Amino acid sequence: MSDAPDITNSIVANAPPEKDDIVISVRGLKKSFVNAEGERSVVLDSITFDVHKGETIVIMGGSGCGKSTLLNCMIGELPIDRGSVQYRISTINDPVDICQVPNDTLDAVRKRFGILFQSGALFNSMTLAENVALPLREHSRLDERIIDIMVALKLQQVKMLPHRDKFPSQLSGGQKKRGGLARAIALDPEMLFYDEPSAGLDPVTSTAIDQLIMDLSDKLNVTSVVVTHEMDSAFRIADRMILLDKGMVLKMGNRASFEALRDADPNSLTNPSDRLMNQFLNGFGEGPLTDAEGISEFERLIVAP
Amino acid sequence: MTDAPKHPAGKSANPSVANRAIREMGSATLDGLRKGRNFVEDVGGMTGLLFDTVTWTLRSLFMPKVRFRLATLVTQMVRVGVNSIGIIVLVQAFIGCILSLQLAPTLERYGQLERIADVIAIGVIRELGPMITAIVLSGFAGASIAAELGAMVESEEIKALRAHALDPIQFLVVPRFLATVLMIVGLTVIANVVGIAGGYFTSWLVLNVDPEVYIESTKAALVLSDLTTGLVKAGIFGMLISMIACYEGLTVSGGAVGVGNATTSTVVKSIVAIIGTDAIITAIFFAFGL
Repeated sequence: MSDAPDITNSIVANAPPEKDDIVISVRGLKKSFVNAEGERSVVLDSITFDVHKGETIVIMGGSGCGKSTLLNCMIGELPIDRGSVQYRISTINDPVDICQVPNDTLDAVRKRFGILFQSGALFNSMTLAENVALPLREHSRLDERIIDIMVALKLQQVKMLPHRDKFPSQLSGGQKKRGGLARAIALDPEMLFYDEPSAGLDPVTSTAIDQLIMDLSDKLNVTSVVVTHEMDSAFRIADRMILLDKGMVLKMGNRASFEALRDADPNSLTNPSDRLMNQFLNGFGEGPLTDAEGISEFERLIVAP
Repeated sequence: MTDAPKHPAGKSANPSVANRAIREMGSATLDGLRKGRNFVEDVGGMTGLLFDTVTWTLRSLFMPKVRFRLATLVTQMVRVGVNSIGIIVLVQAFIGCILSLQLAPTLERYGQLERIADVIAIGVIRELGPMITAIVLSGFAGASIAAELGAMVESEEIKALRAHALDPIQFLVVPRFLATVLMIVGLTVIANVVGIAGGYFTSWLVLNVDPEVYIESTKAALVLSDLTTGLVKAGIFGMLISMIACYEGLTVSGGAVGVGNATTSTVVKSIVAIIGTDAIITAIFFAFGL
């Protein structure tokens, strides 16, 4: 990480000037895991960024860089070692740090956000319509007829109404994600989190899901946080982007700044971290990322005199 | 041996027998300590789960704001109880038959063959009815609950429940806990009747015991506390099975292999817990003269 740019400067340079519209504020987040042998490994360290109302922020990074862990920490699924994840939601006056609040306050925050999981995470014992109806039945006192109408509306928004009576096992991967998205928007959330929305989908379905994310963002004016390593998808949907590497923020900025870095000639880049990001954003087979992986500790021992 | 590779420390890579024995002992000790720690963690985890489950059960029964999921409970009762009736009837009929055939030669030697009804009635109602029902249920329902919850963990359904501000204990564990406890009591009553019937028919048709004498002896041998102690045991076994199954299912990791391990672990731990708890409860009942 010695080649990484100064994170603090990066944040200051990229953060929009308005402070009032910040809806999620992550500060100094650190997360580590202890393995079966009792060894502790730090997965995320000093993660600091803000998410502004209505924007779509994409968190990118290679496999194992900690982006899914970051998402899980942000939704209160994993406890963190240090730092804070603060939400500003319409139903609670003061900002809420979900790492410090009791379960009922955490649930109050969770009711205001929706999550699309990587697999869709639809409940296999329920039909698609029952899946979408579940949050409405549990968290509202609406009449069943109203719930039926709302379910139909949500399914129509993601173009899944004809499949309403199917069980998840009868749906394709893309359909499951659409269904998961319908359930995520059932309670008209203020924020939507997406965990690898395009993973495992063909390019056409992937583009359709991206279009859906953009449509929902525009029509519902929700704030979106997307975790992905699909570059095409990331550049299609992002307003701002964050690139993680080895559990730290390598770069944060608007889409244009990332596009400029992606389109730059690798030979013209002098900064090692820029070359690394250029390789990642373009998916090149050769570059600082693969060079570092190429010489393993084992090879070092053999080759070294 | 002169060409043998050298240990980095300069010693031979082939350790002596004493050296190997010490290493093995050290390794076994560490392994034992790790298993001991895991056992304590499991017991602690299950106790915590039981506390949360009882809390949610009471809240759903007595707090109007918390929904009591009657439809889910009925579904689970059918799954745990109704679907297990056939196998429990079959096993318990065999138990009654085996008991009478095993006891007959000894009782006959003392000229007490007609007392076979007493022994079978007390043995089945106080011990074998609840225990065999619990063991069958741990394999039939416990394994199924662990596999189902484990698959839900792996497919992120549990995470999705929490993300929708729904507590998996309230939503999933409470109905399975109540269904198992209620149905095991009902199944034990059926098992008792079938076990005694198995003994009755075997004694009548094979051992030529007068059926009327058999029934009268059974009635005379049994008191209410025999039935209640057996049913109390059954209820406790039901709590154990459901808690072990739900805990194993909810703590699954490692994909399909993890789900398989949780299923096996549920059956093994349930059987050990059932028999161990049975011994403790029987000792307590004995001490209080019940």
